[in-house]
Amino acid sequence: MTYKVIGKRVKRVEDPRLLTGGALFVGDVNLPNMLHAAFFRSDYAHAKIKSIDTSLAKEIPGVVGVYTAEDMGEAWEPGPPLVSPPPTLEGVVFNSRRQVPLVKDKVKHAGEIIAVVVAESRYIAEDAVEEIYVDYEPLPAVTDLEKCLEPGHPLVHDDLDSNLAAYLVQNKGDYEAAKKEADLVLKRKFKLDRGAAVAMENRGIVVDWDQKNQHLMIWDTTQSPIPIRNGMAARLGLRTHQVRVVAPFVGGGFGPKIMMFYAEEMVLPWLTMKLNRPVKWIEDRKENFYATTQEREQVQEVEMALSKEGRILGIKQKIIHDTGAFDPYGLTTPLNTQSHSMGGYDVQNYNSELFVVFTNKIIVTPVRGAGRPQGIYVVERMLDIASKELKLDPRDVRRLNFIPKDAFPYNHEIIDQAFVELVLDSGNYLPAYEKALEKIEYDKFVQEEQPRLRAEGKYVGIGVVPFIETTGVGPYEGARVAVEPSGKISAATGVGTQGQSHMTSFAQIIAEELGVEVEDVSLVSGDTAEIHWGTGTFASRGAVVAGNAVLAAASDVRKKVLKLASKILETPEDELELEGGLVRVADIPEKSISLGELAVLANPFRGAVEPGTEPGLESTKYFGPAYGATAFGVHGMILEVDPETMMIKIHKYIAVEDCGTMLNPLVVEGQIHGGVSMGIGNAYYEKLHYDENAQLLNASLADYLIPTSAEMPHIEVYHENTPAPNNKLGTKGVGEAGAIPVPAAFAQALENALPDFNLEITETPLSPNRLYELLYKSEE
Amino acid sequence: MENTFELSVTVNGTSYQKVIDPRTLLSDFLRNDLELTGTHVGCEHGVCGACTIILNGDPVRSCLLFAPQVHGQEIITVEGLGTVDDMHPLQEAFREAHALQCGFCTPGFLTTLVPWLEENPNPTEEEIREAVSGNLCRCTGYQHIIDAVKLAAEKMN
Ligand code: FES
Ligand code: FES
Repeated sequence: MTYKVIGKRVKRVEDPRLLTGGALFVGDVNLPNMLHAAFFRSDYAHAKIKSIDTSLAKEIPGVVGVYTAEDMGEAWEPGPPLVSPPPTLEGVVFNSRRQVPLVKDKVKHAGEIIAVVVAESRYIAEDAVEEIYVDYEPLPAVTDLEKCLEPGHPLVHDDLDSNLAAYLVQNKGDYEAAKKEADLVLKRKFKLDRGAAVAMENRGIVVDWDQKNQHLMIWDTTQSPIPIRNGMAARLGLRTHQVRVVAPFVGGGFGPKIMMFYAEEMVLPWLTMKLNRPVKWIEDRKENFYATTQEREQVQEVEMALSKEGRILGIKQKIIHDTGAFDPYGLTTPLNTQSHSMGGYDVQNYNSELFVVFTNKIIVTPVRGAGRPQGIYVVERMLDIASKELKLDPRDVRRLNFIPKDAFPYNHEIIDQAFVELVLDSGNYLPAYEKALEKIEYDKFVQEEQPRLRAEGKYVGIGVVPFIETTGVGPYEGARVAVEPSGKISAATGVGTQGQSHMTSFAQIIAEELGVEVEDVSLVSGDTAEIHWGTGTFASRGAVVAGNAVLAAASDVRKKVLKLASKILETPEDELELEGGLVRVADIPEKSISLGELAVLANPFRGAVEPGTEPGLESTKYFGPAYGATAFGVHGMILEVDPETMMIKIHKYIAVEDCGTMLNPLVVEGQIHGGVSMGIGNAYYEKLHYDENAQLLNASLADYLIPTSAEMPHIEVYHENTPAPNNKLGTKGVGEAGAIPVPAAFAQALENALPDFNLEITETPLSPNRLYELLYKSEE
Repeated sequence: MENTFELSVTVNGTSYQKVIDPRTLLSDFLRNDLELTGTHVGCEHGVCGACTIILNGDPVRSCLLFAPQVHGQEIITVEGLGTVDDMHPLQEAFREAHALQCGFCTPGFLTTLVPWLEENPNPTEEEIREAVSGNLCRCTGYQHIIDAVKLAAEKMN
């Protein structure tokens, strides 16, 4: 399909306001008579609360109130389960324990909220927080994933008999039988540690209860305004039309800004209704480390059975996944890990046992990648190790195992995060892989460059890793598209925007359908007043699910436009074309009518709208895929290790991406760049250090290092296009792709760079210190 | 307020007199008292650079200053660099190169780079990477930002 606007490198319509300081973020919302909230958070990760003394805090001038769980009375209730419990696999255990607005008796992670101060300014509110005194009885903290299931271990949730949050087994084929046929059975243990999402904008919420109108207005830095609206109404005993949630410009989401019903999101609406004044809270960076969800911690034992040619006969896996103190987001993340543990390979036998455990650490929910990097890490590491053992070229091992082009749709026969069978809709993996090898000049590097540089004493290595990304899952998204009397187009969708360029790429779809300029389309994403149904921005699904809903609505408007224009221009519909904001007769271009005039005619003031028709040139449509669209990519890097400092320099970085149809390549490339930077952080810089008391030791941007421009290489992005067969646009998601393969490629490149050390990397993130330890250990 | 400070300051060419709490951070003063909310706050501990403003011609972090410290001085914030209809060449270049995604970090990059480009009209990629290495961006991986700076330098020459 050839498009005029879709697929073009269109400049973003949202930029001018963002560039001139005129875009509204939640932190910019200031209302008359507004109060400010600040929270008293627990220093302990695990402790009983013996008493709380807020009396001094209440005396500070300017303090309006100080509240604890007790004050909430009936309104106190844990957050809702966000993703329904796991599917009907046999023997599934799932213990749902959700975060609470204010802690009642026992603190379960450091940073949990014990009291809230409301005051005339944030400064005063924070002063008052300092005057709150809590008497605790500290308890031993649960931190160790492997030990926490042992009998007699301290419990995060005292009403359970262990720290087990969930258990399930997924099985395909017969691993044990396959193992008997194997020439090599490899067994390794992997440790994957925690990182933070670190959106540059912290979270925030402003609430305003209008008593006379009986209406609650909420500005929230959420990725999912509609579920927040629905849940908030339910919690507060209001109708959905009494609550409006707006997620204006949001400064990065990356997962944790999902419809979490964070404690703060539960407390503030209660406060505004109680006090009848607007209340604002903006998270600070320290709170962001202690209160915003995190991800990636797992311990995995993986066994892979292979033939001597390197064919994967089967994979057996045991995953212990840390969900932190609560598990509101169900099993999304570890199910993603399972979905990606076979990668893009034809694996006939798979057995994966999943233990999800509670610890006294901060809650785990998806962070860009969402369980996928862990799956790709283990399968790719196992293949690298197997290649060494079998003395095979790691490239040949991959070539041999890729799912062949004609095997799609390919059913992996397990369930994925959407609780449907994991079917990979389409793909053409081998050419993308070969392209990556060619672009990074693999042969030239290993045959010429590397030997030359090694002779100079340089430690340089190459890593190339393919990966899949399941994207575009259901349930559905909606879009509304309308032609205004001015001839301009208004549109809305429920997926919030945190930098993904929705206002431009969705406008491109509409411009394509209706023959208008991208600038003439004004799209609202993230205001529940504009669209009633929807879920949100997550799982790399915007371009797929919302994108196709936008297309469906725009196509329907196009039909309405043609029908009306045909009547007015007295010309059959198939002789009409939409171009430049006009409908015109294809061979008599002077015979035309503008979209604006048609919109006016479609909404008459007098007479009657014909029975069975609707007024206006407007349509709301939904799109819900039966299963997702699976993207593919290959990343490669050449890096150099400084043997003195263990610092790394990445000399070359290439990414080959196949996300099907691209709505806007500029945006796709931007998404990949950003994903890679997070992946590089995950590989070498970003680790949240918890001590044995489950205290986070590096909760500041000075101590938790995210890549800067100095660490980032120049990334070359190349595209392949295998359109998704199950959606009209042919799109596959790409939002998380960049982050997924990086730790695996990084480990491969490091091992390749340090051949004299018997280095085998089975953990991520690394760091210069950790690499030093590993090399020192391997030398011994 | 028992203790107050009478602050005079020029921001984006307009002079302001305000009575403030002396402990008010400059970032809060700009955002709340002057309603210039384009200056963003990402960390309040001087690391992210989102709150950068131009003080007497030099980029500084407004979260690390108290408002009284700028008494009698001149500030330019992102709002003072250009308008939607008349953007600074660097703002234009940011748009052209897709150098912003969520746009939260962007004001800080612009206020860091505008004075820098005046002193470094022909920067190399290495120099640009160095110049922005004190500003954090979580969305872009910096690459398009670097492209934008190159583009702006070309445009401005
Ligand atoms: S907010 Fe000032 S440097 Fe981050
Ligand atoms: S564009 Fe989002 S942090 Fe830079």
